[in-house]
Amino acid sequence: MDVILKNGRVVDPANSMDTEADILVKAGKIAQVGKGLKVQDARQVDCKGKVVLPGLIDSHTHFRQPGREDEEDFVTGSRAALKGGFTSVLCMANTNPVVDNKGVVEYICSEAAKAGLINIYTVAAVTKGLEGKELTETAQISAAGAKALSDDGKPVINPEILRRAMEYAKMFNLPVISHCEDPFLSRNGVMNEGLLSTRMGLKGIPRAAETVMVARDIEIARLSGARLHIAHVSTKESVEAVRQAKKRKIAVTCETCPHYFVLTEEAVSEYNTNAKVNPPLRTQEDVEAIKKGLSDGTIDIISTDHAPHSAEEKDVEFDFAATGMIGLEFAASLSYMELVKKNVLDWKGFAEKLSINPSRLLSLKNKGSLSEGADADITVFDPSGTRKVEISSIESKSKNTPLLGRELAGTAAIVIVGGKIKYENGKFC
Amino acid sequence: MAVAWKRKDLLDLESLSAEEIELILETTGSFKEISQRPIKKVPTLRGQTVVLFFFEPSTRTRTSFELAAKRMSADIVNIQTSASSLTKGETLKDTARNIEAMKVNIIIMRHSCSGAPHMLAGSVSPSIINAGDGSHEHPTQGLLDIFTIKEHKKKIEGLNVSIIGDIAHSRVARSNIWGLTKLGAKVTVCGPATLMPPEVEKLGVKVTYDIKEAIEGADVINMLRIQLERQGQNLFPSIRDYSMAFGLDAGKMKMAKKDVLIMHPGPVNRGVEITPEVADGPYSVILEQVTNGIAVRMAVLYLLSGVKERVE
Ligand SMILES: [Zn+2]
Repeated sequence: MDVILKNGRVVDPANSMDTEADILVKAGKIAQVGKGLKVQDARQVDCKGKVVLPGLIDSHTHFRQPGREDEEDFVTGSRAALKGGFTSVLCMANTNPVVDNKGVVEYICSEAAKAGLINIYTVAAVTKGLEGKELTETAQISAAGAKALSDDGKPVINPEILRRAMEYAKMFNLPVISHCEDPFLSRNGVMNEGLLSTRMGLKGIPRAAETVMVARDIEIARLSGARLHIAHVSTKESVEAVRQAKKRKIAVTCETCPHYFVLTEEAVSEYNTNAKVNPPLRTQEDVEAIKKGLSDGTIDIISTDHAPHSAEEKDVEFDFAATGMIGLEFAASLSYMELVKKNVLDWKGFAEKLSINPSRLLSLKNKGSLSEGADADITVFDPSGTRKVEISSIESKSKNTPLLGRELAGTAAIVIVGGKIKYENGKFC
Repeated sequence: MAVAWKRKDLLDLESLSAEEIELILETTGSFKEISQRPIKKVPTLRGQTVVLFFFEPSTRTRTSFELAAKRMSADIVNIQTSASSLTKGETLKDTARNIEAMKVNIIIMRHSCSGAPHMLAGSVSPSIINAGDGSHEHPTQGLLDIFTIKEHKKKIEGLNVSIIGDIAHSRVARSNIWGLTKLGAKVTVCGPATLMPPEVEKLGVKVTYDIKEAIEGADVINMLRIQLERQGQNLFPSIRDYSMAFGLDAGKMKMAKKDVLIMHPGPVNRGVEITPEVADGPYSVILEQVTNGIAVRMAVLYLLSGVKERVE
């Protein structure tokens, strides 16, 4: 049955639209957008007071399939995504086996289709086994459907190899997503380096570990002429480096994650391993710089870096705990609370960072907009919705989040993927 | 006494108030007297079980705690393991819950990871005493250092205390910094820039890379042990280079005040951070620190046990 979303505030930057309107969904596509649409035989859904957005797209997810299905799989991950308002995600390649050949790319595409809840895309590794030594077979990987290249979790240490990978990737219009971390500077580090790491007696990761690699990768992007996307920006200096690179017309984009504008390193005091993440949570000064970067367009995308980990991997000594936190279920709420409500971004900016910009990064056709004829991936966001973060209500298989106990404002009310309502008022359909 | 002891655990000195530290020091005074009796045993902890849970080899601290507990008639269990052996399956929390199930009263814990005792304190019911966690804190060492200083100088407030050596990796330094600054001492930390923790000056200490500045005018000099394994990590070029710049020898002692106290948490690398003639010289209170260590640990065990009668 067709669906008509009535009287929502439709925010669609691709069409410079921010107005109350109706959207008709027909045969998996957006059939019509306009005021007072009258249609017979369509299910009418009242969206008054809600914000209707192009389906949210997460450009940085770890679903742990294949290899660690005890922590997350395509089905549980998709449910977490839907609950958080996401219609598409991009999975990173650091699974077991690594996504470094056509076979694994094909496996992911087919398993993701079987899960059948959201659009699941995959990156492929830049180098075989994420080892930083040998390029993956990019032509084949690209043909099999990978949307980007990344050794995420690790940097490509050898700049010559990164250069060649980027030159090669350019032929297939694949962006290279860079996890910027100098492993020598960050060695054994478990949190941000500074007064707090001194007080806690933990080995710090200096901000320079990120910034030197951001600066290096920008130069390699310039040299290769390929598209560079910098993952999970966490420092003030990285934001500034990207700002300058954009002024120099280098093809660089970047993302940050909600935890870098909502939390500071204070979250790890008390040795809270749920707040252990890489790059580490930084300081209030960085939070401010990241918000500035989001508002002035330096930071293009808000991604989640959704990183599920089992309790066994987190409920251990801080030094031994796995890094990362889940994020899909909370990213839209946190972006609304910290950015929209605090006037850092308007709704158009929200839709850009969480939908249209990721769709452009990954060259996803017919996504990221509410244009007539586009795929009907739609997120209806309810700013008045609330949620308390509790283990019992987390959809993800893993519960590792430092947000436990927090009250969130703004929730996904309805999520439509490919024209079908997949999530509505707290229920999966 | 101004305050009563209310805490379940002793994890660090950072979270203690000056009054709580004073309470431990006062209590230590009365327990020190027991160590000087011909029969050094009181029944204070009779029927209580104390577990020594050591994940890092340690002879001195473990022996000191063991003697402290024995002199108070506690039952003692020793568990020695290594952090790495736990990664094979049973986690630290599993092990601790097992110990808890055996109905013990106090767990004295040393671990190579900062924060490990904090993690346990939040998840098991016995009292936890941190006997050194990673590079974080070693509260009883800090307390015994402060007790020893106070015995000699009668006060802490206004004293100039210099801590010299590998500050970055030292839990002894951190506990001393917190304890001493809370009681009003002026603390200077001195060591190579490579072994200085980031932003340490924000803890309210003076930082210097010149040992002369740390020695001149100091009422107390606390020399930290340099871990010989740090050589080869490029944290300093060589032991010889380190000793020249930061080792305490008779020549540098000429700059010191006439009533300076020389301290060291042990074990001493003779000829590296301190020469034998200084370590064994007239200003040294290194062996008194060892004696006081037992009294401080008795006081801490007593306070945490919640037993009302101190001494019979
Ligand atoms: Zn990463």
